[in-house]
Amino acid sequence: MAMTIDESQCTACAMCESECPTDSILEKGGVFSIDAASCNECEGLEDGPQCVNSCPVDDCIVRA
Amino acid sequence: MQARIIPIFENKPAGGCGATGGGGKSSCGSAAGRGDLSPEVWEKVKNHPCYSEQAHHHFARMHVAVAPACNIQCHYCNRKYDCSNESRPGVVSEKLTPELAAKKVLAVAAEIPQLTVVGIAGPGDALANPEKTFKTFQLIQNSAPDIKLCLSTNGLALPDYVQTIQDFNVDHVTITINMVDPEVGERIYPWIFYKHKRWTGRDAAKILAERQMEGLEMLTSKGILVKVNSVMVPGVNDDHLVAVNQAVKSRGAFLHNIMPLISEPEHGTHYGLTGQRGPSAQELKALQDKCEGDMNLMRHCRQCRADAVGLLGEDRSQEFTTDKVAEMKVHYDAEARKAYQAFVEKEREDQEAAMKRELSGLAEDAGHANVLVAVATKGSGRINEHFGHAGEFQVFELTAAGAKFVGHRRVDHYCQGGYGEEETLETVISAINDCAAVFVAKIGLCPKKDLEQAGIEAVEEYAHQYIEQSLVAWFKGYLARLRSGDAVAVERGQGSLRQGAFVA
Ligand code: SF4
Ligand code: SF4
Ligand code: SF4
Repeated sequence: MAMTIDESQCTACAMCESECPTDSILEKGGVFSIDAASCNECEGLEDGPQCVNSCPVDDCIVRA
Repeated sequence: MQARIIPIFENKPAGGCGATGGGGKSSCGSAAGRGDLSPEVWEKVKNHPCYSEQAHHHFARMHVAVAPACNIQCHYCNRKYDCSNESRPGVVSEKLTPELAAKKVLAVAAEIPQLTVVGIAGPGDALANPEKTFKTFQLIQNSAPDIKLCLSTNGLALPDYVQTIQDFNVDHVTITINMVDPEVGERIYPWIFYKHKRWTGRDAAKILAERQMEGLEMLTSKGILVKVNSVMVPGVNDDHLVAVNQAVKSRGAFLHNIMPLISEPEHGTHYGLTGQRGPSAQELKALQDKCEGDMNLMRHCRQCRADAVGLLGEDRSQEFTTDKVAEMKVHYDAEARKAYQAFVEKEREDQEAAMKRELSGLAEDAGHANVLVAVATKGSGRINEHFGHAGEFQVFELTAAGAKFVGHRRVDHYCQGGYGEEETLETVISAINDCAAVFVAKIGLCPKKDLEQAGIEAVEEYAHQYIEQSLVAWFKGYLARLRSGDAVAVERGQGSLRQGAFVA
């Protein structure tokens, strides 16, 4: 159970990075990705995945 | 002509003209010169191209694109491109690290002595990226302390950073405020991200409006100059912007800049895709005139890219790309920069004096006459651009009070290597078809004839001379020709604002 970033949609703005409660979003050489091992889809948070809520691009972050 | 900047929080009238007190305009309409400004405010604005319309002829600014994240969504923005509050949509800036950004500033300052201001205006929101933004400011301040710093924000995070802004000696802040009423706001902002939560609809707009007003009040109470930008969206907030103007004026904003919506389907923005149009030059000017009775407006904004470099209306960013900057050896010459700035100060005084001399006798002749003219210029306050090389024309209004800068019109260079010239000329004409004349350093015979047919006189006599003085001199002659019947006043067009990205 994890989210994943569609690289072709991502603008590399880093907005999601600071919002992830489990620190699962990593940047490497300007490319952002989600660590499937630690992402828990923001389990227990009322509004669901924080990365999705903060991302400016629709459908950029989706269920893996 | 005098700088048309009046501080509305420093109610200090000049000469015999009474301040209207409270929220009123602080000086009489025509005499908005340096004399009206307190020395501290004049010091802050005199070399700032975005705050002083007069300075924008002489000084350069640059933006460094270190702030990619944004905490709200605007309907006129496609986040795959830069923030369209401060930059034109459809153009992507290079993203810079704070270290590279600081080096770029030094490289540009060494090359362009006119550079006085560095701003952070995106590509997202400066305050949604606080670490990068303030780190960049710190590095610039360490190596080039004479450069002024400014930032632009949508205001959502602003109240949290006012203290930091002051601590970093940032003395100019731009807030984009498009509404004060959430009912209007929900048609501009689909959502915001605030306190780790996505808000939508009226709630989102309400929070945003409250945060913007709070931030504005906090800044002005600390004496930090605030410029307010508003994007005019016909049918959504055009009438409402008069209320916005009132609200920001009463909270001490220094300048209000109303910009046209730039909207095309290919930008992929909500407005672009749903066919929301932008205003015509006449609609924009009408709204600006309506607001100006109450407060000073900025009409020289070029909606610069987040990585723009150079004088307003000019873009030299391609000379300073990341790769080029990384390889440059930079020599920062503070003395040469000072000398240039002293020269400009003298030149500006000369131009103002020349304009004043020229004014004598005009008032009786002009009556209620009101004529628009266009000018091709490369800067320095002179008519010094070839018609065919002009990427934009500056538009001035001529009345009994003299020449007043009222806006600029972007065009494609007419001389673009031979092909499609007829079409380009047509676009140039439609961009300035509300003008009676166009002032140029030089113009070819053919375009001159075509312009004439369109009722626009091409004037070369004042090549390389001071703009305002020349316009007034010409105006006197024009009035005489009107009286003698040698010239006729004709019904004029709308002046179309060019849409779409400017890729220099
Ligand atoms: S779903 Fe939640 S935990 Fe997973 S990456 Fe997004 S913000 Fe982090
Ligand atoms: S917020 Fe969205 S666009 Fe920005 S870096 Fe994260 S995934 Fe990419
Ligand atoms: S504030 Fe700027 S970057 Fe953010 S959504 Fe609006 S226009 Fe785009």
